[in-house]
Amino acid sequence: MSTPFGATPAGARPDNFRTTVVPLERPGDPSVFSEQVRADAAEIISRYPEGQARSALLPMLHLVQSEQGYVTPDGIAFCADVIGITKAQVAAVATFYTMYKRKPTGEYLVSVCTNTLCGVLGGDDIYKALSDALGVGMNETTADGKVTLEHAECLAACDYAPVVTVNYEFFDNQSVESANDLVQRLQGGERPQPSRGAPLCSFREIERQIAGFFAEEDLGLDTVSGGFGTEIGVRLANGRGDSAPAYSNVTPAQASAPPPADSPRPTSAHDAPLTTASSDPANAAGPGGPEASSDNEKGAGA
Amino acid sequence: MPDVLTPVLTKRFATDQPWRIENYERLDGYSALRKALTLAPDEIITMVVDSNLRGRGGAGFPTGMKWKFIPQDNPKPKYVVVNADEGEPGTCRDLPLMMNDPHSMIEGIIIACYAVRAEHAFVYIRGEAIHAIRRVTAAVREATASGYLGEKILGSDFNCRITVHGGAGAYICGEETALLDSLEGRRGQPRLKPPFPATNGVYDSPTVVNNVGTLASVPYIVLGGADWYKALGPEGSPGTSIYSLSGRVKNPGQYEAPMGTTLRELIELAGGMSRGKPLKFWTPGGASCPLLTAEHLDLPLDFDSVAKAGSMNGTSAVMIFDEDDSVVQAVLKWTQFYEHESCGKCTPCREGTYWYGQILERIWHGGGREEDIDTLLDLSDNILGRSFCALGDGATSCISSSIKYFRDDYLALINKPALAGAAS
Repeated sequence: MSTPFGATPAGARPDNFRTTVVPLERPGDPSVFSEQVRADAAEIISRYPEGQARSALLPMLHLVQSEQGYVTPDGIAFCADVIGITKAQVAAVATFYTMYKRKPTGEYLVSVCTNTLCGVLGGDDIYKALSDALGVGMNETTADGKVTLEHAECLAACDYAPVVTVNYEFFDNQSVESANDLVQRLQGGERPQPSRGAPLCSFREIERQIAGFFAEEDLGLDTVSGGFGTEIGVRLANGRGDSAPAYSNVTPAQASAPPPADSPRPTSAHDAPLTTASSDPANAAGPGGPEASSDNEKGAGA
Repeated sequence: MPDVLTPVLTKRFATDQPWRIENYERLDGYSALRKALTLAPDEIITMVVDSNLRGRGGAGFPTGMKWKFIPQDNPKPKYVVVNADEGEPGTCRDLPLMMNDPHSMIEGIIIACYAVRAEHAFVYIRGEAIHAIRRVTAAVREATASGYLGEKILGSDFNCRITVHGGAGAYICGEETALLDSLEGRRGQPRLKPPFPATNGVYDSPTVVNNVGTLASVPYIVLGGADWYKALGPEGSPGTSIYSLSGRVKNPGQYEAPMGTTLRELIELAGGMSRGKPLKFWTPGGASCPLLTAEHLDLPLDFDSVAKAGSMNGTSAVMIFDEDDSVVQAVLKWTQFYEHESCGKCTPCREGTYWYGQILERIWHGGGREEDIDTLLDLSDNILGRSFCALGDGATSCISSSIKYFRDDYLALINKPALAGAAS
């Protein structure tokens, strides 16, 4: 990059987000995509109101990226062809958004959050360590095609800082050691379980999901939703006996039956850390639940 | 006095798989929709107006007013669009809400659609949040299978469908009109307002754009009533707030308490400072809100009190830093974020954030000059109020406020270049 002040050390690797390129060296051929992809594209369009096919463009770019690993001139030509807009219009969109990759992406896209909170709590060190260990810089891929590295802007998980994502699945509360271990396992062919969300899949497979194509088994309804930080407030409230004031006017008919005490389903993988309260389904209804009625005097004068 | 913690939106979080519809239904789920369908749409709007629910996305605009602004005499279809493009640095509240309790948002969406007479809603979720896209998609499927979405919902004449739409990585799409452009398959760049989305939103049709937490609050208002909801928080800032604590506290996470809780109380709830060091600076509502300091520990964190103290309640994302953290480094990183995320549409923001970045990098790497501080403030004067949307304004917040409170920290770095360079 240029350094107008001459004060910023210019790194040997393209670590800076200001360096971006747009390779559109050939016109692109929409016919390289199969009939199935064309049918998928039509399904995306059907999610939007009649006559609003262009709304399908963002998911459709994810779809072509899932086929080819990045947004190629072919992918751009395909979207233009299906939606009926120009390639320039598609390219303008494809080059605006960070998630559309302009170079072939590895099997695993490893994103290290280096925004303020994660960065200060260790994300900067993690990014540097991974960059050194992998021998790649920003948006570069290892020679074996396994790992593409990037540093990411805020991933909305500051309560689990510092975070690393692999194909956008979260690995929370990382350290240099844990992140190095994670990447080594990826390179060794393993797929470690993310902290929340569904099992890991490849970059192309996750791009298909972002385009809105989920098989039932992709939906991960039995996987962990969040961790310690997500539940800490409500657990603390349960432990303290704190609750919101009960509803002043109604008791909904449906609010009565508590779930069985020995539920066959796991509640959360993070039950352990707090000693103040365990998961307490019977009290969870809070306001309006019959059990909350004794709290009436605490509350709302309404 | 209400309790210190008052879980409403988070009350199901620690229960048995609350994201599954059968568990949600067991804990009041969809009873608000049943009640809503017995009321006239205008009665629901009145209820939300009376509750004084204010948008949880940052601006705090009264939700009921937004709904009321939808022109019912406009023959075009009406739409509800959910802003789930969470990405404001420090903000980590909507994703846990969608992961743990997606049906409360969906129930709120359906009620909102019924109230404003829309039959189609879009949930715009940031693309990186695939776990939330997946979870909300599953919840929409469940709700459809159970008859809460689709045709003739629960035997009424009301039809409603929800499209889950994944973004592609652009913070600016959290700005409501940029989100609408993005939803229409364009670059996410803000539109000139007016006209507002209420009259000319997605597809140039009347559109309500609400945040996840805003819509998730609606079922509770319908069940508990406007007066109950209002009494949860102080005058002018009704309801609870999910305070997202992050940074140098022992137990970061989501703490739902009445609006108006103080940072001192929140830090105590979170087990104190993680390194035992004193608090130095913090944000009350994400990176776009001016920094506050230890002198604001007892400030009630609600819309009006925080505004009076010169900052903004924003998204109630509380990032906490201690004495050993460098405010200049934090500001540099936030600024690089705004530089990266500036959409490029307007000159003050596009150029201003670029030059902010250049100057702050120079200071941080040991090449700063004393006059750089004045240049930064001058840039702020030229960005704030002159940018097309709030992104540019937000970029000035951390710079101007950090210079206001911590000018000496800048001077120390400028005058000790070698040390700073080594620390980066």
